[in-house]
This record gives sequence, structure tokens and C-alpha cells, in this order.
Amino acid sequence: MLQTARRGRKKTGSEAQAAAAVHERYLEAYRWMLLTRLFEEKLASMYRGGMITGGVYVGKGQEAVSAACGMFLRKGDIFAPLIRDQAGRAAFGEPLVDVARTYLGSRLGPMRGRDGNIHRGKPREGQLAMISHLGAMISVVVGSLMAKRWRGEKDFVGLTTIGEGGMQTGSTHEGLNIAAVERVPLVVVATNNHYAYSTPNEREFACASLVDRALGYGFEGYEMDGTNLNACLETIETAVKRARAGRPPQLVVASILRLAGHGEHDDFSYVTDDIRKEPFAQDCLKCAEVCIRELGLADDATVRNWRDEALRKVDEAVATAQREPAPNAGEEDWCAISTRELCDPVE
Amino acid sequence: MSLTYLEAIREAQAKLLRDDPRVFIYGQDVGGTFGGAFKATKGLAKEFPGRVLNTPISEDAMTGVAIGAALEGMRPIVEMQFADFSSIALNQILNNAGTQYWRTNLPVPITVRLPSGGTKGSGPFHSQSMESLYAHYPGLIVMTPATVEDAYTMLIDAISIDDPVVYCEHKYLYYHLKADALPSEGMPIGRARVARAGRDLTIVSYSAMLHESLAAAEELARENWDIEVIDLRTVKPLDTSTVLGSVARTGRLLAVGESFPWGGVTAEVLARVASEGFHLLDAAPARLNAKDTPIPYHPNLWSAHRPSSHAIAAKARRLLRE
Repeated sequence: MLQTARRGRKKTGSEAQAAAAVHERYLEAYRWMLLTRLFEEKLASMYRGGMITGGVYVGKGQEAVSAACGMFLRKGDIFAPLIRDQAGRAAFGEPLVDVARTYLGSRLGPMRGRDGNIHRGKPREGQLAMISHLGAMISVVVGSLMAKRWRGEKDFVGLTTIGEGGMQTGSTHEGLNIAAVERVPLVVVATNNHYAYSTPNEREFACASLVDRALGYGFEGYEMDGTNLNACLETIETAVKRARAGRPPQLVVASILRLAGHGEHDDFSYVTDDIRKEPFAQDCLKCAEVCIRELGLADDATVRNWRDEALRKVDEAVATAQREPAPNAGEEDWCAISTRELCDPVE
Repeated sequence: MSLTYLEAIREAQAKLLRDDPRVFIYGQDVGGTFGGAFKATKGLAKEFPGRVLNTPISEDAMTGVAIGAALEGMRPIVEMQFADFSSIALNQILNNAGTQYWRTNLPVPITVRLPSGGTKGSGPFHSQSMESLYAHYPGLIVMTPATVEDAYTMLIDAISIDDPVVYCEHKYLYYHLKADALPSEGMPIGRARVARAGRDLTIVSYSAMLHESLAAAEELARENWDIEVIDLRTVKPLDTSTVLGSVARTGRLLAVGESFPWGGVTAEVLARVASEGFHLLDAAPARLNAKDTPIPYHPNLWSAHRPSSHAIAAKARRLLRE
């Protein structure tokens, strides 16, 4: 079907309906990917123009994996995204303006200028705010899921993402293990983008495939081609369904190439010509566009309209955040705890 | 009825589990019939099924689980088997729990219990006092109860606080301290206590060092010195005004702690008094800590590594003569 489908055979009525639903979902995912790509291009250009302080971290090449992560979650689920998950965050319901606010440090954003770029979230709405220390959020999601179970909630799931770099930390090991011990409905989506900053796979791990670790932890594991949107949708949908149905925690390992630097400050000159020719180095967004065109899922004018609409949304989000007040050090509340009377009086 | 410091901690947890359905205890060997390496949770797993849970040896993940549960409204108590092993969970405690409220406006009401401090023969990795390290980072409250009564009421207070609390319970006090009854209410959190009134010199201490300091004060009383001893109770927040009030009465300050000497609680006490109460001092303030080496195994070395009542008295004598 879709990118892997052979064309020609006439479909029955119910097959056609199912295919239409699949197409609709595919196009929805494509639109999240497109919005993400355009938004992140805008952020990168603002960074280069000196309009964003700190850094910009994009998910170029990872949008298919990420969009699929957000699309099968619903209200009441927990999502703990990581650095390259703009598409998934948007699909889970994070308003674009909150991203612009966080990059620009608006006081009205979820982080109010206290934290920036990808370090953002709304834990009250199930979107956890990552810290930079990789693997640390896995056990946090486990705890949130345990609390939901204690409260008697049903049919919820947690999904968190990690890279092949983050898969090598002690925190990830502890988190995956405790998830399986507590038998929580968790999906971990690990994207191997082939570089931990500049370090290639052969200096990161020595096992044949990271998915082999699933068995060791008591997870169910899947591998998928992260450049193939349909594979991402089918695999992550299956993993989310199985976790929701009470199966053991799920590990999905995707393979892609990061098509940008670690951050926009990085020219990624360490990526070799050989690796750029690998099948996993394809651009998932271009692959999806080819599929849409070849299968006639949407005509060119419709795709152009989507692009224009996405650009309008991007400009609007940025313009809104730019109009908003920046934090003011003189008015800032410099108390790091909520129990104000216990704030230490030292200066 | 007579209760030890350790029993007070157990009783506080039993009361918390009884009174508050949001409370659960999470840690290594705390559950089953075992009840913890020191028995601080003895019998609780049976009394509160499903709420006192054994964990893998995963200090990072134990704390991460607690943070996630707290974000969803629970009130977890994490028991580290020894304070020393909380180094594995530093990232979760400092960077995740400690930053969460400031960053997201949602506090993380976890309590991390650290069986702290030295006992004979425990060596470098089962004896540490970590309060100075935790107090250094923003976003945490650090409690160091020194009495049976405080061990009980402060643990109950810790769970009621919406922010992360590092609760340093001293292993040396577990069996050495006893009280006739448990109070229903304690002093407010964040307030230091004048444990012994005096007018010649102020010793500021906390946790097990309170008792060494009180013994030193007794020793000095036999030499006609009248020593005031302050129990900080919480090292963060640090009750500077009670300390300054005492120094105003005595004019001399000695701060005593069991953690390593570089930086830390005693350095903080001295810095505050020197900067805010310099005019109150009749002599340069002094401090006494453990030595700047790993904590030794053999009792001959261990008893010289930490401040003893005699070492405190000797230091105080020098200060009193200045």
C-alpha cells in the first residue's frame, strides 16, 4: 500500500474505503511534516539572522517518524518528545505559536523565557518538557503512567522518543528496564540518525541492531525505515495499539540520516559522501511527495495550497511571538520553588 | 512507649500511607517482608498492599518514576538505600525535579529519603553526607532532622510540601536516639531551633553533629563556658536570622558539619554571618567539618575523620580565647 503498493488491481468497496482512510491519514501526516519543515526552515533562517538566541535544533529527515509518534496519541496520553520532534509535538496538539514563543523567549510562552528552543512542554496537558540529559524522560513517563493506572484510568498510553545516541546512556538503560518491570503501556521510538552529534554508529554501539535490545529488556521490538512515511504510520500505530491493549512495552527502531547539523550552528561536514548515498539517507518529505504524486493522492494544486497555508501559519506564529513581551529581569520572580515561604533568603 | 529515630521515620510513613492515598514508597528492598535495609518500611508493604514497592537497583529510574508520578498528582517517597547511592540519581533530582517548577510552573512533590552520615566500619561508600551538594542546587528543600520528634514531623511536612524535598536522615541516630512519644505538630519547616541556650559562643550544627555539639557544650560547661547550640533542622532554606540572633548574643560562631570541608553548609553559615553580621562578631568565625578525604573504614580513622565532641570542644576553646 502507498509507498510499497503495487498498482493495477481493482479494489473492492470495503478495500477502497480502507484505502481511502489510509490515504487520508497519510496526507494528514504529510501536512504535519510539511508544516514542520517550513517552520524549521524559518527558525533556521531567523537563527542565521541573529534573531534567535541560543540555538535551533531541527528534525530534517526525521519528520515522518516524528509525525507518526504524535498522530496515534490522544488526550489523556503522555508524550515525552525529544530534540527532533517538532512534527510529533504539532500532531499531538502543541500550538505552533508556543514553539515560536519558546524560541523567542516570549513571556507568554509555556517556558516564559526561562527555558528555550526544544526544552519546552506543558506537563499538565501530558506534554512533558524534556531535559537535555538523554534517557532521563523515559522513567518519568513510566511514573506518570503508573499514576494513571493507580487513578483507575483506562486505555491510556505513553510515548517517548530517543536517538541511537541517547540509547547508550545509563539513564536509558534504567528507564527501559523499569518500564518493563512495571509493565506500563509505553512505546519508545528510537531513531537511529547515524550520528551522535559528530560520532558515527561504529563508535556508539557494537550490537547488530538496537532492536535486538528489546528482547533483553522484555519489550516487543520493531524495525522500520524512517524515510517511508507509510511504514512509520503502520509500525507506530501497531506499537501504540499493542501498548494500549496491555502488551509489554514497545520499542520501535527507525533508521534515517539526519539531514541537518546537530543544531544550526553545526555544518555537519562529518557526514561522509558514502553515507549520503545509503537508502536511509533519503529525505522522507520528498519520498512522501513522490508517493502522493505517483498515486494521485492529491493534485499539485492542492499540495501547493497546503504549502501556502503552512507558510501562512508559520509567519503568523512567528509574528505573534515577536509582538509579545520579552522577560524582564527586574520583574522576574527569582524563586525556584512554589512554596514561597520556604525560598532561601540568600542573595 | 519509647520510639527510636528510625521508628519515628517508619511511623511517619505509616501515617502518611494511612492518611493520604497519593502517597507511595518506592525503593530498593522496601517492600515484601523485608522492609528496607534499615527496616524503615518494616511491615508497611503488608499493611498497604501495592503502595510500598521494591525497585530494581536503578536510582536514576526510581527517581524518574517518582517525578513522573508526582507530575500526575501522586506524593511519592523514594528511599535511597544509602545517601551515597543518590549520586546515581543526581541528574533526576537536580536537573529534572529541581528545575521543573521554574521551567514549567508545575511543582514536583517528591520526597527523597537519604540514609546519611557515618557509622563505624561503613567506609567510603556507605557513610556520606550529601546535604551540602543538594542545597547548592536551586529548586530543592533539604531537611536534616536531628531529633526523633523532628524526624517524625519533618517527614510528614516533607510530603505536604509541593516542592521536591531531600530528607537526610542520619544512620548514626537511627538507634541511638529515643523519645517517649511522637508529637502531633513540630516547629515550622525552615526555622532553626536553639537547642541549648548560652552566652559565650554559638555552635551552629545539624543532624548527628547536633549531638556531638551538645556533648561539647557539656564538656565546656564543666570549664564554666556557657555555649549556645543551634540546630538548623533544614539546611535549605537556612534560617539565617536565628543564627544571627544567636551570634548577636554570643559574639562568637563555630559551625559544625559532617560533610566534606570544601564549600558546604558550614561555609554558607560563615559567609552569611560574616556578610550580614560582621559587626556582631568578637572573633573570626570558625568551622569544623569532616576531613577532605574519602570516609575511612577503620573505627580508629573514622572517629578522627568526622568532628567528635572533643574536637568540637577543642576548636571552641581556641575560639573562646581569641
